[in-house]
Amino acid sequence: MPGDLREGRIVIVGASLAGLRAAEKLREEGFTGSLTVVGDEPHPPYDRPPLSKQVLLGMSAAGTTGLPMRRDPDADWRLGVRATGLDPVGRQVLLADGESLPYDRLLVATGTRARPWPQREQAALDGVFTLRTRDDAGRLAERLAAGPRRVLVIGAGFTGSEIASACRERGIEVTVAERGTAPLVGALGGTLAKLAAGLQRAHGVDLRCGVTVTALRGDKAGRFTGANLSDGSHIDADVCVIALGAVRNVEWLADSGLAAGPHGVACDAGCRAFDMYGIVTDDIFVAGDVSRFPHPLFDYQMLSLEHWGNAVAQAEVAAHNMVSPGPPRRPHLAVPVFWSSQFGVNIKSVGVPTYSDQVVIAQGSLSERRLVAVYGYRGRITAAVTVNMAKWLEYYQELIETAAPFPPTPGAADGHPLVTEFALPSDVPDPQGLSHGPTVALTGHLPDRRLAVVRPAG
Amino acid sequence: MRLVVDLTRCQAYAQCVFLAPRMFELHGEEALLYRQEVPEDQLERVRQAAAACPVQAILVGEAVSAGAR
Amino acid sequence: MAVDTLLERITDYANRPDPYPLYAELREAGVARQTDGSYLVGGYYDIVSLFHNPRLSSDRRNRAGTYSGLPAEEEESHPFIRLDDPEHHRLRSLATRPFGPPHSPGRIDAMRDEITRITDELIESLQGRTRIDIVDDFAYPLPVTVICRLLGVPREDEPTFREWSNAIIDSVDIRPGEDLTKRQQAGHQARAQMGRYLVDLAEQRRGHPGDDMLSAFVNDPGPAGGLTREELAATAVLLLVAGHETTVNLITNGVLTLLRHPDQLERLRREPDLLPGAVEELLRYEPPVHLLDRTPLTHIDVAGTTIPKGVPVVLALASGSRDPKRFRDPDRFDPARRDNQHLGFGSGVHICYGAPLARIEAQIALGALLPHLTTATLLEDPPPYRQSAVLRGPRHLPIELAPSP
Repeated sequence: MPGDLREGRIVIVGASLAGLRAAEKLREEGFTGSLTVVGDEPHPPYDRPPLSKQVLLGMSAAGTTGLPMRRDPDADWRLGVRATGLDPVGRQVLLADGESLPYDRLLVATGTRARPWPQREQAALDGVFTLRTRDDAGRLAERLAAGPRRVLVIGAGFTGSEIASACRERGIEVTVAERGTAPLVGALGGTLAKLAAGLQRAHGVDLRCGVTVTALRGDKAGRFTGANLSDGSHIDADVCVIALGAVRNVEWLADSGLAAGPHGVACDAGCRAFDMYGIVTDDIFVAGDVSRFPHPLFDYQMLSLEHWGNAVAQAEVAAHNMVSPGPPRRPHLAVPVFWSSQFGVNIKSVGVPTYSDQVVIAQGSLSERRLVAVYGYRGRITAAVTVNMAKWLEYYQELIETAAPFPPTPGAADGHPLVTEFALPSDVPDPQGLSHGPTVALTGHLPDRRLAVVRPAG
Repeated sequence: MRLVVDLTRCQAYAQCVFLAPRMFELHGEEALLYRQEVPEDQLERVRQAAAACPVQAILVGEAVSAGAR
Repeated sequence: MAVDTLLERITDYANRPDPYPLYAELREAGVARQTDGSYLVGGYYDIVSLFHNPRLSSDRRNRAGTYSGLPAEEEESHPFIRLDDPEHHRLRSLATRPFGPPHSPGRIDAMRDEITRITDELIESLQGRTRIDIVDDFAYPLPVTVICRLLGVPREDEPTFREWSNAIIDSVDIRPGEDLTKRQQAGHQARAQMGRYLVDLAEQRRGHPGDDMLSAFVNDPGPAGGLTREELAATAVLLLVAGHETTVNLITNGVLTLLRHPDQLERLRREPDLLPGAVEELLRYEPPVHLLDRTPLTHIDVAGTTIPKGVPVVLALASGSRDPKRFRDPDRFDPARRDNQHLGFGSGVHICYGAPLARIEAQIALGALLPHLTTATLLEDPPPYRQSAVLRGPRHLPIELAPSP
């Protein structure tokens, strides 16, 4: 490694939120060498959360969600070209256009993509969409603006629910099909999932839970016309959105020898990638949705997150560590936080709600649709979720960070004594039984040594 | 110019909606939606909103230009 | 000196011009128990943490006893700032309905032109004068005129409600060791009279609403049902009093601070884009509200001290905003300061209701005064202060303006 870490060649693979923030942070930390950012989409970094909200509502055009820079990172942007391989010995990133990019240090920030509908021919029907990219959102928004008779959303995780919410706000009929017992159950557990189901129905969503979609149907012209459900029923619709969660973009690392698997690329608390033998690398760092990192608050299990805030925080730690030798390096210890706005409510979460055995409603109530739910695992607080009560969240974050006992001390002014003192099972289902993937997952203690990279057939 | 709100930090104080109501909206009591593209005539208001945000969650700046390479 | 007299010293009128060294002493002491048994907290992180603690009540009825010097609870009038959720939330939401989002998102923004016009008229009236009092000639009349327009209160009634307002402000001041009874009675009476006056104004508009908030309260109650007569009285009194008694301090403190920092004044004149940030810095550096009191509903641990249930705790916001653990170089006035998450308007669910209006008024007022201040001189420094330690600001701010060329 060169003597001065503020010089040399840094390549960032991934030109979205984590890639941009890392690039800015590298410059802020005094990196003066060459900086190259590779992105497979042709667009400069843009913000994804608005794609399932403002863009579908018609508030913002898909092309306007470009992320503002904190500072110009003075980078060479290689956009519209995919990274296809990594040679960690020769220190080169291989690109789809045949070029190879030499590096001294590398940041892997390739994120995720939408999990596709497994039946290829059905997925190719006109009117069947996934929603991950700006182009996806633009096409879907256009279709919604044309006034479809009914939209079918498959999967009731956060993205699927937000899409359904946008449809209803636009006055479009929508059916949501979810294999689990309720929307958001994989992320929030059974108690709040009931609230989510109530919200959807109150807003006129035709919500079908406990069913799977067995086939998408099309007409002779190849247009989507509806779907068959496992309960024998049929849905007629002219738009279908597949919201089955995300797939980590790790295939390009299949031959790299890194610990890259379906849950992402394993790294240490300082964002340094592990290789397949569990040895930490010196020159390859990981940040954002594609990473899998150990967290002390969750027994050092490896966390996989698809959270905006994590992408920013981890990118900054990775960038700092890429230009800092030894002791000044920092750990990435941020407590996971995410939000979702749907059906006129704001849901915010801190910690890992699925890392729980019990839950209490500490403030507010389910009936008001304003509440704070606090989650505990073996007697300590591990997460809190607010519904339209975001101003209280940082109090509970403090409790999580200090491993405060569960249930929390009662006595909140707006707590209901008979409720706050009785913890319920948190009722977190096995993600295998859900249509939607959880956006946060604890994935055990070991870097994935089996290199179980899923390769699409063909 | 572009803007982004760090909704991880946002606690729905809605100061931005008061100060730049054409750029920021509340859907219900707390769900904040905003327009990313800042037209010239809204820039001053957006800067006021960014300064006023009690949790300093609003970032205004140039986007990476589309022709970047 | 002993930290258990800090609240007495902070509220001592002799220290009004510069309470900041006492705040430094407070932060050093951590959580300081006072002679009357109450607690004083001045560290930034402790205050923020308490603002977000759902076990800390704004409702003085939760106090375990009486505390000399701290304002007691009004028996009949409970404005939302002195209530907890869910009542606080219900009443604040109703009060916000004609004022801000989600129901009236553009209401305050739409007042910018009118505020500018009122400001220009006030500036116009100063033409030809060389000695003015920033308080009486500018910083007081501006917010009064604005809040009258917004609520629908006749401007010419100002002499009447000014008396009431003074008595109310006096009754919420913190003065340890002083007998409260008289102030409390006067405050109670003033609240009742002002409440009746405002409810009568609102009732006159029932059925024929104008474009003002009192009209909206009685004519557009919303799906949740409107305010009762008592709630309307408490809410309207709060909005009228808070609507001008705090903004006058913000503007006056702003002028004083700028005249004390001529380099920054000149910089702001050259770079007016800095004005919104400068107002935030004023809210940190010389805030209009210095102290708030709260009551724990259970024992609460703060920085290693347990504050018992029912024992009041006074949060020194102005101290928190000068905490060197949070702000770099906190005693420096820096209009271009970044990362300025000050406590000027509080934090959490009770964050200042009128904050957006105060911000717009201060930005427009200071922006309009800037060209006149560059050649102005402070005639008294420190200026004479108002009595209140809670709502701190100059009583008068006499300045000399250079004669017009």
